[in-house]
Amino acid sequence: MKLLGVTLAIARNTFTELVRQKVFYFLLIFALLVIGNSAFMAKFSFQEQFQMLKDISLGAMSVFGSIIAILATANFLPKDMEDRTIYTILAKPVPRFSYLLGKLCGIFSLLAVSILLMSALFLAVLWIREGTVLAETRAQLQGGSAEEIAAAVKEVTTATFNINLIPGIVVIFFKSALLAALTLFLSTFATSSIFTILMATALYFIGHLQSTAREYWLAGVDVQWWSRILAALVSLLFPDLQAFNLTDDIIAGTAVPMALFAGTVGLGILYISVYFSLSALVFSGREL
Amino acid sequence: MNWRKTSALALIFLFGAAILPIQSRLDTAARAAHFRKTAFDLNLRERIGQAGFLAALSGFRSPLAAILWIQAHTAWENTEWGRMAGIFDTVTTLQPRSILYWDMAAWHMAWNAAVAAMQNEKQPSEALRIRAQREYFRLGRDFLERGIINNPDRYQLRVQLGIVLRDKFEDHCAAADAFLKAAALPDAPSYCARFAGYEMAKCPGREREAYEHLRRLYLQGDSQRLPSLINLLRDMEKRLDIPQAERIDSSDQSDKT
Repeated sequence: MKLLGVTLAIARNTFTELVRQKVFYFLLIFALLVIGNSAFMAKFSFQEQFQMLKDISLGAMSVFGSIIAILATANFLPKDMEDRTIYTILAKPVPRFSYLLGKLCGIFSLLAVSILLMSALFLAVLWIREGTVLAETRAQLQGGSAEEIAAAVKEVTTATFNINLIPGIVVIFFKSALLAALTLFLSTFATSSIFTILMATALYFIGHLQSTAREYWLAGVDVQWWSRILAALVSLLFPDLQAFNLTDDIIAGTAVPMALFAGTVGLGILYISVYFSLSALVFSGREL
Repeated sequence: MNWRKTSALALIFLFGAAILPIQSRLDTAARAAHFRKTAFDLNLRERIGQAGFLAALSGFRSPLAAILWIQAHTAWENTEWGRMAGIFDTVTTLQPRSILYWDMAAWHMAWNAAVAAMQNEKQPSEALRIRAQREYFRLGRDFLERGIINNPDRYQLRVQLGIVLRDKFEDHCAAADAFLKAAALPDAPSYCARFAGYEMAKCPGREREAYEHLRRLYLQGDSQRLPSLINLLRDMEKRLDIPQAERIDSSDQSDKT
């Protein structure tokens, strides 16, 4: 119980510290992107406008989520060492894994708040645009039959909100959280934050190719032995980040089955737990 | 490297091996639900460049498709039809599950580009203008057919294919089949079945089938009893010499009794 209190205190502190670093200023850029996109798209049909608004907004959410996850996590260990706060904390009866867990939970909170704020902004813009298009549609169909108006309204609302956007946003959070856990693991043996950021960025790209490498390896295509070994190494060493890219197809109107959503979230939790456990293992033996 | 780091590396390998079946199962489930259908091949790599390809691979397929779509719109404003067709090809490859992209690409080709080709003042030969127009019709149809292959569970593109076949190719038999297939899909509006009947009636040799189809629709009730359907059905009753007792007016009366 006491350990939980300590972990939560560290998490709260990490979150406050990150907020003080004005991390949320990125929301201004996101707002500019979403609102600017919405205004610029006025010359397109409403279906195109909504599709592009979703494309750009969810894409930006994924980018910002990943950037925050990597940068915030890569910085905290070197910064705590430089400020010597880590020594003050670990000199007290705080286990190292508790310290790491608290830090990671603080970053997860920051990610959750950021993604929630971005989602709220995106949905608000979408809702306002929907209202405008609905008003225009009703004005154009004035005098038309109730059935015609209902069909036109349905067409607009179907193009705007889609319940599958919610699982898509949740999966963006888990992808960012997984990146944070992976970056934490890297930072436990890295000597500088630059190294961690570079490695995490490289892993981000390799992780997206993992599924291709796995397919190549498991298909047993008759190719040179070294290329199969390379594919096997990529498959075994890196996380499958492609599994978390559901939004591209969700925007296109594909419905997410519950089993697939639960499986993806489960995979995310599994990755996060494993990377955290490994971080704790390496960090427990690190000389500070 | 101390023993902790070595163990961590070994554990990553073990975890990677243990999780392989889960990843493969999830991948299969995703593909079954029509996720991850984009073909990342060298052809796409050539069309979108290295940076674009990397972005598409990194989970930014949809923003990339949106940016290309804006480029296609600019090409449309400049009436660069060939460039538009190329961009549409890339956009639909990136987002094969987007009905909007397939539908709009087909519409631009089969309608706008085809009309522009026919009205092209720089081409004095009418034969060549007609040829160019047919080429755009074919391109529009091609977009819809490829879109249907990628979206077999959705009715919208089948309806559009029926319209292109009806209005541009005047192939009423194929149009009827397209509308019929659309009508059989979930959420298909009631007009799909009616359109199938109208086209079937124009298809030589399928008049009887059309009559039976339209009659079935008529018997479904008021929602399908539109003036066009009733007029066509009456016309077919005369053409097929349907006995008086089986005609719709008498079935109306028998409904009332």
